[in-house]
Amino acid sequence: MTDEKPFLDIRNAKKSYGKLEVLKDISLRVNRGQIVAIIGPSGSGKSTLLRAINDLDPLTAGEVWLEDVQINKKLPHRQYEKHINQVRQNIGMVFQHFNLFPHLSVRENVTLAPKMLKGLSDDEAEELAREQLEKVGMIDRIDYYPSRLSGGQKQRVAIARALAMKPKVMLFDEATSALDPELVEEVNLVMKKLAEEHMTMVIVTHEMGFAESVCDRVLFMDQGVVVEEGPPEKIFRNPDNERTQNFLRKHLANANR
Amino acid sequence: MGLDFSVVPKFLDIILLGVLWTIGITAGAAILSFFGGIFFAVIALYTHWIIRLPFRLFEWLFMGTPLLLQLFLIYFGLVQVGIDLPAFVAGVIGLGLHFAVYNSELIQTAIVAVDRGQMEAARTLGLSRGQALRKVVVPQAVRDVIPPIGNNMIALLKDSALVSVIGVSELTLSAQRAIGRTYRPFEFYVVAAAFYYVINLGMEWVLRRIERRIQAAR
Repeated sequence: MTDEKPFLDIRNAKKSYGKLEVLKDISLRVNRGQIVAIIGPSGSGKSTLLRAINDLDPLTAGEVWLEDVQINKKLPHRQYEKHINQVRQNIGMVFQHFNLFPHLSVRENVTLAPKMLKGLSDDEAEELAREQLEKVGMIDRIDYYPSRLSGGQKQRVAIARALAMKPKVMLFDEATSALDPELVEEVNLVMKKLAEEHMTMVIVTHEMGFAESVCDRVLFMDQGVVVEEGPPEKIFRNPDNERTQNFLRKHLANANR
Repeated sequence: MGLDFSVVPKFLDIILLGVLWTIGITAGAAILSFFGGIFFAVIALYTHWIIRLPFRLFEWLFMGTPLLLQLFLIYFGLVQVGIDLPAFVAGVIGLGLHFAVYNSELIQTAIVAVDRGQMEAARTLGLSRGQALRKVVVPQAVRDVIPPIGNNMIALLKDSALVSVIGVSELTLSAQRAIGRTYRPFEFYVVAAAFYYVINLGMEWVLRRIERRIQAAR
């Protein structure tokens, strides 16, 4: 297990905005099918790290690899654009605020990228859309526009949209943080389903219970460093580091209020 | 000398032909100004300054000078450099580019106002910036500015009367021709005004339908 070649490999990631260091030399290896949660206070750099994986927020230094391809390769502008557009097809991303395309129907949201980038025919695209929307339980809303969906439904469509590109990795950036509490569960269920299908996932989340139940590994980040990492039972039940203990205690207090 | 509208029916064929030319020139210029507006907006926002600079000059020319002068320049001036355009074409180009510049301002503001997450989501799926603009950002921006662009189109219809000066037999020039034969300016200008009003109503009806269709897709 330990000598397995990492699927997703972040090596010595550093990121700064002027003098402010947001990521201070972070390395993270994720094996195929593994599910990693990143937790930590806001401003800890966890979203920045996640967004560095598909080079949405490019690193100042360090490397990101997916299998044997370096994602953040230094290339002349045109070549880089070509490279990154190719790479991003393999990396699905789900955002806190869904970012569905409001001028397109649910069907069109899901089929836009596969049609444009993979040249799917209308029939193939339709089949793909049905398959993915079936998976997230949104098939009955296929003709709806996003404005008529609840937050939880929007996020499920956003997941289907990402899955339609058949990504090798899925990134979740606080996918349930913007949802009303009663809508969180439906999104969590979809993510659990992906976990059961052994999708490789990196999840930035505030949902400790969810992280504990689905993840193989948890990273606690604070002020741009990984303070502590390990299996969820260890991090959540018996953390070594004082900062982790404090964070979890505060979080628990908030959750129970 | 009292008013006598009984002379009008005899010249109705000229007037109606004028109506058709007015509709034609307005439609042509409206389409040019719409797509030209999108084109200029994308150039202004997303290209290198070397490409942008000539367009800035062009924009200044079309915003900072009278439309009448622009029409003269395109129709009479360009002949000297070997570009001899038919009056109708010169009119469509002049009116179209003039309003394209105004539409471009509206569309630029709307593009900037589209949530950043839209571009991010599209790029994350693997779309290039151009593809994301074309399929995701610009269509949303355009939807947001259909009502003010509609106002510009109404202004365009009214300004189409200016192309009479380069000899396009549109509604105003047709009325003038009828007046030249009958010496009854009041009657024919009122008739022309009535026809402008009717075309205007038609345009508003079309615009409302477009707006409603967009609303349905929200």
